[in-house]
Amino acid sequence: MTMSVKPWVWAWLAAAQAFAATLVLTSGRGAGELAYAALSFGAFAAIVGMGQMLVITLGPGNVDLSIPATMTLAGTLALKVMGSDPGTAWLGLIVALGVGLAVGCANFALIWLLRLPPIIATLAASLVYQSVAIWSNRGLRIKPPEGLADFATGRLLGVPNVAWVTLVLAIVVWVLLERAVWGRWLLAAGQNLRAARLAGVPVQAVRAATYVAVAVFASLAGYLLSSFSGGAALNMGAEYLLMSIAVVVIGGSSIAGGNSNVPGVIGASLFMFLVVSMLNSYGAGAGVKSVLTGAIIIAIVIAASTRRPRA
Amino acid sequence: MTETDKPVVALRDAAKHFGPVKALDGVSLSVAPGECLGLVGHNGAGKSTLVNLINGTFGPSSGTVDFPGGAGDVRAVFQELSLCPNLTVAENLAMAHPALKGVGWRRPAGAEIRAALDRVFPDHGIDADAEVDTLTIAERQMVEIAIGFAPRGGAARLVILDEPTSSLDEGIARQLLSHVKAFCAAGGAVIFISHMLGEVFDVSSRIVVLKDGTVVADRPVGDFTRAGLVDAMGHVATEGAAQQAARSAPGEVILRAEGLEARRGEVVGLSGLAGHGQAAALARLYLGLSSDWRRGRGAGAVFVAGDRPRDGVLPLWSILRNVSISVLGRGLVDRAAERRLAEDWRKRIGIRTDDLTNPILSLSGGNQQKVLFARALASDAPIVVMDDPMRGVDVGTKQDVYAMIRAEAAKGRTFLWYSTETEEVCQCDRVFVFRNGEISAELTGEQITEERILEASFEMQEAS
Repeated sequence: MTMSVKPWVWAWLAAAQAFAATLVLTSGRGAGELAYAALSFGAFAAIVGMGQMLVITLGPGNVDLSIPATMTLAGTLALKVMGSDPGTAWLGLIVALGVGLAVGCANFALIWLLRLPPIIATLAASLVYQSVAIWSNRGLRIKPPEGLADFATGRLLGVPNVAWVTLVLAIVVWVLLERAVWGRWLLAAGQNLRAARLAGVPVQAVRAATYVAVAVFASLAGYLLSSFSGGAALNMGAEYLLMSIAVVVIGGSSIAGGNSNVPGVIGASLFMFLVVSMLNSYGAGAGVKSVLTGAIIIAIVIAASTRRPRA
Repeated sequence: MTETDKPVVALRDAAKHFGPVKALDGVSLSVAPGECLGLVGHNGAGKSTLVNLINGTFGPSSGTVDFPGGAGDVRAVFQELSLCPNLTVAENLAMAHPALKGVGWRRPAGAEIRAALDRVFPDHGIDADAEVDTLTIAERQMVEIAIGFAPRGGAARLVILDEPTSSLDEGIARQLLSHVKAFCAAGGAVIFISHMLGEVFDVSSRIVVLKDGTVVADRPVGDFTRAGLVDAMGHVATEGAAQQAARSAPGEVILRAEGLEARRGEVVGLSGLAGHGQAAALARLYLGLSSDWRRGRGAGAVFVAGDRPRDGVLPLWSILRNVSISVLGRGLVDRAAERRLAEDWRKRIGIRTDDLTNPILSLSGGNQQKVLFARALASDAPIVVMDDPMRGVDVGTKQDVYAMIRAEAAKGRTFLWYSTETEEVCQCDRVFVFRNGEISAELTGEQITEERILEASFEMQEAS
């Protein structure tokens, strides 16, 4: 198997360059802090990005736009159930994951039973999820239990705990995609749904599992993020809508489906944080920052977009 | 047709290499006006590459491709259908007609395609305003051929037909052959590529045999015999369909659906004119035998697609992954076993590649079809459903696959086989003939003859 440059290399190269460019300005001071911040904030983008990657792999038209609302709802309900009481962290996690399961099933029910296009189904459903979050939250900002907050902001061996969680998830997703039968089914369905069905792949089961997986990933990210930032906020998921799609594309997964890669999503998540902090440290204004971020993303997508067959 | 002595196209030492693969290895060839050149060779012999060189899809790696009278009005009709499925028949013509632009192009486009269809296929029954994806695969092929011959603001000088009859039934194919003869008699040139040697003999004035990327024979049609042609192609094929000795005694009925009945170890044929509901019945039957949701129940049957891009090939994947998708089991993929299985089938069915991790799209059409066969036969499903699976497969491979089907049937597998070729249907133990979406006859054993099938394919007066 000869493969010259894998598509995920570009995302990692870009992240490394953004990192280096920032350090040039500070003459190398603060490298540790910058890396730590990138790992912390990149972790959340990577978790939702991996979920979005699974859905996008299902093929054209498949995308989950309810990620922000799911994050908010899961974070809000989990914190409400925990009510800052110590020892309730596991209960909160179960509630959050339960929210993810329910949201995933609801999304797929709309897509499958009502035959709505996934973009419409998830966008419309996200309004409902957001409303439930608003209704149950009523403007209160509940603090996470102390132990959980300590975990979410803490570190192990100098690496943020949230980054460890992301690493474990990434390994699970990678094994699922590259080594498990389920991953083969997902990739086959994404290339040609009809051909996959005729080859005996249970395509509806694959699609359902994928939509549930993305919602569970989003709710886990919502749970961790609200614990990390000291409470759930109604707009806490907003930036993750475009972020989740951007990291998939920058990471070298095919937007046309049937092709995905986990390392690329991780690299792209680090890059998305690093490029903003690089532009910040160079003192770019808000407008310039947006233009440059956009231009850089386009450049990387072009560099990584040469399609390569997989063995 | 002024300069009749100049060839329409002349290749000198034309070669095309894809990396280390020599798809075409120095071919010299010319086609004169009024000539119909039959081009034959096995899958992967370089036929499609030659077409792409003449059509200008890509240039030669070395050598030259010359058009003494200009490269305009050279048309190619491809084996993999190339119409836009979301557009109407007339709109598809307009795309290939540069002079049709501005306001009011629809009416002339509709008129032109209607005239072209009427000329090649009288009584075709195709609506010029129908969207292509509502047409059957045979009708799409007819539209594609008609667009190839349509004037399109000039007059076709050379039309390349790559496996044009593989999805057409006999009657329609005959219409095409007589149109080709008339077209050549009027001074046009045709390159006719087919695995159906009878048609090649019928229509060609000269036959060129390709083998492993080179021309091994180039003679007028009268100098060939059928056996000599098969020899020149380099495959020892047993002639004819006379090997019916190995037929097994069928077992109990294991399938009753769509009005069909199949017994264990039986090869059941579906016949009739193309587009009379056979493919749809097979797809419904297969989908009914397998599940959208569960793998376990799905293992009762496997499917061999004939429409490769739509129903079969997973285009981003390697040959290896395309072979193994139906037999992965559960949990983690056993990659060593997967490779052993694919290597085994590469040898058994003769997939022409030296590395199974090459992309599936690097294979020629016929070899992709072998991959789909391997995918189905590698499973242990008791029922194999085949939707016209021999499209674009060469004579030698067909014989190998017939033998393989017979051997598997003898072991107790049941085959449901839709084919547009009567010769293939005559290999079956039991044949259902379709007409207008319904079964019009059930034939068994000695009753299976070309005459009986044709008789049942066409409307009969009601017997009192």
